[in-house]
Amino acid sequence: MTNGADQPAPIVTRGLTKHYGELTAVDALDLEVQRGEIFGLLGQNGAGKTTTILMLLGLTEPTDGSARVLGFDPAHDALQVKRRVGYLPDAVGFYTEMTGRENLRYTARLNGLRGEEAEEQIQAVTDAVELGDRIDTPTGTYSRGMLQRLGIADALVKDPEILILDEPTTAIDPIGVVGILGLLRDLVDDRGVTILLSSHLLVQVQSVCDRVGIFAAGKLIGLGTVPELASEFGADRARVEVWFEGGTAADAKIRGSLGAISNVTAVAPAATPGEPWILTVEPATADRTVREAVLAAAARDGLGLTAIRSVSASLDEIYRSALHGAGLAA
Amino acid sequence: MTAQVEPMSDPVAAPRTAQAPPSSGWMVVAAKEFADQLLSVRFIVLFAILGLAAAFPLFIATDRIRELASDVSGAQAVFIAMFIVGPQDVSLFGLDFTVAAFVGLTAPLLGIAFAFDAVNGERAQGTLPRLVSQPIHRDAVINGKFASALVTIALVLVSVILMISGFGLLRLGVVPTGNEVLRLIVWVAITILYVAMWLAFGTLLSVVFKRAATAALVGFGVWLLVALFGRFLLNLVLAIVYPIDTTLPAAEQLAGYQAHAFLNRLLPPTLYTEASTVLLNPSVTQTSVPATLGQLDQAQQQIPTLLSLDQSLLLVWPHVVAMVFVTVACFAYAYIRFMREEVRA
Repeated sequence: MTNGADQPAPIVTRGLTKHYGELTAVDALDLEVQRGEIFGLLGQNGAGKTTTILMLLGLTEPTDGSARVLGFDPAHDALQVKRRVGYLPDAVGFYTEMTGRENLRYTARLNGLRGEEAEEQIQAVTDAVELGDRIDTPTGTYSRGMLQRLGIADALVKDPEILILDEPTTAIDPIGVVGILGLLRDLVDDRGVTILLSSHLLVQVQSVCDRVGIFAAGKLIGLGTVPELASEFGADRARVEVWFEGGTAADAKIRGSLGAISNVTAVAPAATPGEPWILTVEPATADRTVREAVLAAAARDGLGLTAIRSVSASLDEIYRSALHGAGLAA
Repeated sequence: MTAQVEPMSDPVAAPRTAQAPPSSGWMVVAAKEFADQLLSVRFIVLFAILGLAAAFPLFIATDRIRELASDVSGAQAVFIAMFIVGPQDVSLFGLDFTVAAFVGLTAPLLGIAFAFDAVNGERAQGTLPRLVSQPIHRDAVINGKFASALVTIALVLVSVILMISGFGLLRLGVVPTGNEVLRLIVWVAITILYVAMWLAFGTLLSVVFKRAATAALVGFGVWLLVALFGRFLLNLVLAIVYPIDTTLPAAEQLAGYQAHAFLNRLLPPTLYTEASTVLLNPSVTQTSVPATLGQLDQAQQQIPTLLSLDQSLLLVWPHVVAMVFVTVACFAYAYIRFMREEVRA
């Protein structure tokens, strides 16, 4: 018998490679996703995220290398993998003339769930994604965001050990996104589900993922928690956000005052009143002195400061820095 | 030792959901597709088209079957004659207006209409990635859709045949013999096989062509070419490239006719028409052109007889095998294409 520490990671790839003719979509990928974590695959369109996911599910065969999902090789044991892995494809579709519930019932049957057991499971996942009464209307009437929620419900029907979500929050409104991300966190905390999600929406990845892999041109150019990546790629920078009364009216004055503070390398004015001015601070350790200097300047020049906060390196910056480091800057 | 063991789930443990036997995947697909078929517009079209077939004995063949029946005075198979008797001297593209000919003409159309969007329709709806990421084999998708379409068409076909039979019994007072019923059942079975062949072809089109509209166009184009103009065009071409010189000795002429018959049989409708003629008309004793002068002599001296069903079956057995072969070939190619395909949203 094994205990938790000795168990192999649920998703492991070794030298996973996929060529499409001349193009290398995924290039010798070595990846391990640990049990019970949310792992974010981050990358631009065409970076190889979806291709990697397809190979993990056995929906396309790798050109070289291998993958293990829960100990099974998806290229040869796809059925075993598919029993245990819930998948939300990018741009998920449903049978438009059937209701959401009927669509989920079909998926439940395909997974061997029948009768009462299936209905309970369908109701549970419907509640989880907060589809409410709309579950009993034809999916042809759903909005894009509702389809996305139904897609997540669909992936959950089989009660999976692993969830693989391709761009799960695309087309969902900001409040909906918070709900979905909260749901993913609950799944991990309550049921020990392992989640692999891909996204190009950096803020969301940052807020929910335990670890992040930065993907570019089929290669993993960064891997770790957001702070780890920050120290690796964005080490020397911090960000301070400052709000002012009246916003942008006193542009020149505010800009002059903030620009004069030492260690501030860039000042981005607020686009509209109510948004913060963003100061880039180098080195990151100067963060505190900059904040104090801003307060002093605001008091001295009467800038009408309403709020100030410092923000740790954003994934956005890390991402750009990582791409730059790999010589792939967009 | 056991005290330290944590109740962690083993990575190779059974999935949490009930484990379905893998073979039942196609049945789930078939059940869902069947429910869809019954509510679809094409089901209504199917019923209307095959229902037309029932109109032949109702309105056209009624008079002729009376005179035919009095001619043959019960010796012939009058009951199944309802399916092969049409109005005299009326034909379209060399096809007679009989139940058998009409079913033979429309079966390919129905087969293609029920299958041309089987796989690419799922692709267009964006449901294919979800479907193939469920724990079913990929062939279950094809098999399930094929089975549901075949069952739908077969159900309608059988009910139309029953309607015609019932009409024959009630209105014309024609009572079938046991032998005739058997012949009719075999004919329906072969018709279903013929539909299956075109369904398989339609399924193949739905895998090969990414757009349903393209698959439909190609499918109906092939139907038009093969079922309507096929024999006409083939004979036109044969008359030019392989004319039969009537001044040649009879033996060589026979060889020419044999070659023509063989090439005609490369058209699936020829196979079906021949098989259907033999099965519905027990007085047909051969489908092939005599190979030698001796055989020709024999055929001419033959006393008109009615074949028993097993003898008729023997005659059409090669036709059945050829149709099964085409079906299997279409399926095999569709499998190969679909299995290796990458399914991307």
